[in-house]
Amino acid sequence: MASNFPPTTPLEREYLPVRAKILEIASALDRIQRSADHTEDDPRWDQLQAGINLLFADQPQRAEHVQLMFSRPYDPQWRQQFDV
Amino acid sequence: MYYLDPHIHMVSRTTDDYETLAKMGCIALSEPAFWAGYDRGSVDGFRDYFEQLTSFEAQRAAQYGIQHYTWLCINAKEAENVDLSREVIAMIPEFLDRPGVLGIGEIGLNKNTRNEATVFLEHVDLAMKTDEQILIHTPHLEDKFQGTRMILDMLTDDGRIDRSRVLIDHVEEHTVRPVLEAGFWAGMTLYPVSKCTPARAVDIVEMYGPERLLVNSAGDWGPSKPTAVPDFIMEMRRRGHAETLIRQVVYENPVEFFSQSRGFVFSPPEVGELSALD
Repeated sequence: MASNFPPTTPLEREYLPVRAKILEIASALDRIQRSADHTEDDPRWDQLQAGINLLFADQPQRAEHVQLMFSRPYDPQWRQQFDV
Repeated sequence: MYYLDPHIHMVSRTTDDYETLAKMGCIALSEPAFWAGYDRGSVDGFRDYFEQLTSFEAQRAAQYGIQHYTWLCINAKEAENVDLSREVIAMIPEFLDRPGVLGIGEIGLNKNTRNEATVFLEHVDLAMKTDEQILIHTPHLEDKFQGTRMILDMLTDDGRIDRSRVLIDHVEEHTVRPVLEAGFWAGMTLYPVSKCTPARAVDIVEMYGPERLLVNSAGDWGPSKPTAVPDFIMEMRRRGHAETLIRQVVYENPVEFFSQSRGFVFSPPEVGELSALD
């Protein structure tokens, strides 16, 4: 059975949802900065900034790189350290 | 389209959810043992849970024409209690020959600790000694990458393991490649907030192909959506993917993986019904 959805390009499909998500991020960052207890010394604030900066990369692995940025590092020697 | 949900915790869901799943085309599901939301205090607590998974829950599913399968273990969150974990692992064989039991799972890591790794390895050893398939939980959020790599280390260091009989679940963009490249099956969990969304799961199918990839809802007592697999189907259709490709991911792949378990006695829909919507 052929798809009954009208053929669209990815940009046509994603433009409005991405626009909405950018607005959500912008308003969330505004909300955080407006709050009385906000401090830019919090490492989570730096993480958010770094994550946003990854979106400007001109290659199609942004999602993977954002995931890795928010991940704890992996040490291949962990079994020796744990002695398991 | 008929589909299977390979990972959903129906003990946490209402009977209305069974009815909705049946109406959406779900004909079978598998339910791994997991955390109850609190740490259980004794091996008898787990024995009662396994009784529920292997008897009552299967009957409840059958009321809606859904075939119910299950996996047994003590989950990683409770693995810090190594003594209790060993009692549970010793008790699991009492249930392995019950109808619908597919293997050991969902074992895995949570915070990637030494005790969790110890209990994981002892579960794997049980699976090898009893010739069971394995379903694996990978950790959440910032712990996922590290934990998935640790799990892969433990599995690939064990020469007894047939990688085609192991499903590593909750993969995302940063963990799917090493899982597939190592020869394991990979599951994508569709959650509203964490893990994967339907759109990102479709991205992964487009980037890696459909082989050894499954999608599931992992519906449980937290924010989750038991009908997430139909959301994935809709997203695949929206992008113009062929029905045959969609069916491979949501029907044929789980049937192929589960068929390696002696507990998977499956009644497929009539052939005409399967192809009616293609």
